[in-house]
Amino acid sequence: MPEHDVLVIGAGLAGQRAALAAAEQGVTVGIISKIHPVRSHSNAAQGGINAALNPDDSWESHAFDTVKGSDYLGDQNAIEIMCREAPDEILHLEHLGVTFHRNDQGLLGTRAFGGASAARTYYVADITGQAILHVLYEQMLKYSDSIDRYEEWFTVDITTDDDGRCSGAIMRNIRDGSLEVFKAKTVILATGGSGQIYKPTTNALVCTADGQAMAYRAGASLMDMEMIQYHPTTLLGNGLLITEGARGEGAHLYNALGERFMEKDAPNKMELASRDVVSRAEQTEINEGRGFPDGSVHLDVTVVPKKRIHEALREIVMVGRDFAGIDITKEPIPVKPGQHYIMGGVKTDVDGQTDIPGLYAAGEVACVSVHGGNRLGANSLLDTLIFGKRSGVHAAAVAKQRNMPDVSASRLDQVRDEIDERINREPGTGRRVSDVKAELGAIMDAKVAVYRDEAGLQEALEVVRRLKEEAKTATIDDKGTVFNQDVLGSIELGYMVDIAETIVLGAIERKESRGAQFRTDFPERNDEEWLKHIDIKLKDGEPTIEYSPVTITQWQPQARTY
Amino acid sequence: MPKYTLNIRRFSPETGKPAYFETFDIEMEGHRPVLDAILEARNDQDGSIGIRCSCQAAICGSCGVRINGNPALACNTLLRDAVATAEDGVTIDIEPMGNMPVIKDLIVDMDAVHWKKVDRVVPWLVPAGDPPEREYVVPHEAMVDVTQSMACIHCGVCVSDCLSMEADPEFIGPAASAKAYRFVGDPRDSATKDRLVHLANDPSGIYDCTHCFKCVEVCPKGVAPMNQIMRLRRRATGDYAIKDHNNGYRHEKAFVSIIEKWGTLHEAKLLPDSYGEGILGKLNPDAQKNLIGSLPTALRGLASGKVTIPKVLHHHRLPDIDKIKDIYEKVEGRPERIELNLYIVGDEAEMIDDEPTAPEVVAAAPTEGEGA
Repeated sequence: MPEHDVLVIGAGLAGQRAALAAAEQGVTVGIISKIHPVRSHSNAAQGGINAALNPDDSWESHAFDTVKGSDYLGDQNAIEIMCREAPDEILHLEHLGVTFHRNDQGLLGTRAFGGASAARTYYVADITGQAILHVLYEQMLKYSDSIDRYEEWFTVDITTDDDGRCSGAIMRNIRDGSLEVFKAKTVILATGGSGQIYKPTTNALVCTADGQAMAYRAGASLMDMEMIQYHPTTLLGNGLLITEGARGEGAHLYNALGERFMEKDAPNKMELASRDVVSRAEQTEINEGRGFPDGSVHLDVTVVPKKRIHEALREIVMVGRDFAGIDITKEPIPVKPGQHYIMGGVKTDVDGQTDIPGLYAAGEVACVSVHGGNRLGANSLLDTLIFGKRSGVHAAAVAKQRNMPDVSASRLDQVRDEIDERINREPGTGRRVSDVKAELGAIMDAKVAVYRDEAGLQEALEVVRRLKEEAKTATIDDKGTVFNQDVLGSIELGYMVDIAETIVLGAIERKESRGAQFRTDFPERNDEEWLKHIDIKLKDGEPTIEYSPVTITQWQPQARTY
Repeated sequence: MPKYTLNIRRFSPETGKPAYFETFDIEMEGHRPVLDAILEARNDQDGSIGIRCSCQAAICGSCGVRINGNPALACNTLLRDAVATAEDGVTIDIEPMGNMPVIKDLIVDMDAVHWKKVDRVVPWLVPAGDPPEREYVVPHEAMVDVTQSMACIHCGVCVSDCLSMEADPEFIGPAASAKAYRFVGDPRDSATKDRLVHLANDPSGIYDCTHCFKCVEVCPKGVAPMNQIMRLRRRATGDYAIKDHNNGYRHEKAFVSIIEKWGTLHEAKLLPDSYGEGILGKLNPDAQKNLIGSLPTALRGLASGKVTIPKVLHHHRLPDIDKIKDIYEKVEGRPERIELNLYIVGDEAEMIDDEPTAPEVVAAAPTEGEGA
């Protein structure tokens, strides 16, 4: 039975940063991931990472932009911490070896990004997430004496002891199907987001709400789950991400009439308004018949100099070439808004602590909340690193004060029985797991998207609740133990239907329009009644809604224009 | 809707049965990727098909497979392109990558091969002393240059079909070499010489590459691993003059001086000259070891008639040898070495559009293959 002072679940940016920070405190660390760490979805963050590092910029300006971007739903104490700590974190990454873009003087150079009042996005071409992820993994290899890596292990359950403290987790070794209890004094969830609840999505196939669902089932609160970000530029057809960096480099958006329609919605910031604003503008153009016949608007990168495109947007050149047959240096890219990020997640404080003692969460799985109703581009990498680090430090300090908890063997037997039951369901007796997942993605993208209303949301709730039942009997084909990805898909489906329900419930509850939540039946922001977080937790097996206040330090809500 | 047949190599260690092929018929638009077809087969027909995949956007590096015998990512190979290389024009063969043990179906053990090799190159930055208060000041070009290697997603596609690795499983290989260049080319790293000494002296190191170009051809991210190996060699020989136990240094020098003198490759001289210049050079212990090791090759050359006494004595010199000398003077007369970095320049035609200096940069291309 493996034992670690601190156990980190998930090995993207948040998880690796947490593991490295905890190890620095001199505790034993285990980090576990259902895929090899460099496959993590942090890779997909293309554009960059924000920090007010230039002498003529300030963390207050960064914080205000973030507060405004969040539509005043972000907690300002957490935002202040993130923006204050950002410059040192960038320098730390640079010192570890991240190959950040340099300016002519050989100093760190920046690019412009949406919703920001200064060019404060640091980047590595358009592979920023990948570059940072790989450099952190280099550090994990360097410190392999103090950090035990469990690559391709799947987390089935987090365990709590009799006092309700988190005591570890139960894992399935994907390579041989064996189950193990991992004991830990503290556990950090860093499992990423939930995009696979939607189809299409820019999120990878592994983003299946694992951590949110496990924490929720264990009794933790989820917060702001209705806040789902639709990214303005996803490739028509397959939903691949086209970085905001393209607009940061100067690309324009056009409708079928050849109009730069952002002039109407954001005359000052144009294409670089907040993502919710740009996505709504695009969806309006498409809904009102000014989109292209294929249901897209056009992103025109050809206005950017070619050499600059090849140097700074190379990934997008390849995406255009390989996935759309388009030379983006010569032709516009057909794009539409697509599901990209969940601002909500497991509710934590600024040290990553959840409602469950000893359980932490960081990164997209968590909701601190620094993104509130809408996340600014290039703030997610920052979120993962700052709160990954803080969770690691805090979890290590707490672990030092505690003894190794006991985990009852009966829970392991119970989990084994549950998995065997999934494997042994006879094909044909229920729906296929893949069918249920496909229907889930479709209803969420149809009714819980850029524009929402009561009728659509109620319809979605009905479908999601039916799918939740159907998931309990859904069948798979693979009966094996070695790399049985089929049974993992079945477990993931269970995670996703649970979390989908909380997303829809949150969206029904919030009867106003704020950030990513736009209710056509309540089109205005209503600070009087709804300047508050919606928390959802399980009580007696039923989702229950509570409210918590938004922390305001120095920026009172005002009208939001770009 | 076009129809495709996927011919997937199946293997499950639990069954005790050998690998076999199983076909799946799919109807799908030709502009969709092979991975989508595999996933559709898995979703609708057989959920037990094993393949790693995640991002579906050629970023995570999970879905390396062999498609009609060629290694590639399944997610960015379109069905219509895959079928174009199918033997019967319909059936797309999908197999696990090569050079790595198969775990199940299309899933290979990358830890046992690729990640072990990455471990060999000290895969982290080794800065000198404490970090500065602010960032390290380094040239813009240097960061863009190593970003080409940084773009490697460790998918293993280059490892799969590396010919040298097939011959020598210990060969450091294209991907780990690109990882090595990521540090060697990084001005912040302080262990450059140590890294190069190690890579040059490793009997399965950078001099094991035979320049077959396969890794350059198949890399889905334009990392061009072989070019990174050639850069490592140029740094080892040109910048640090590392006289390695593998005779890589002398081989390169011999090659360069033979071409300068004769205009074409004088193969009968290449082998002995590579052991060391002159008689004394050939008495060097490393040279003797290599000389003895190369005897079978030399004997085969004699037996096949590739090497004959008249050829050794009378190698044909190019009539316009002066032009060759001009090239040498021009290249060696440059104040700095020009590195061809496709990551920066894009393709040639576009560079000529935008940059008047482009033809000169492009002209440096042949040096990528030097060193034989």
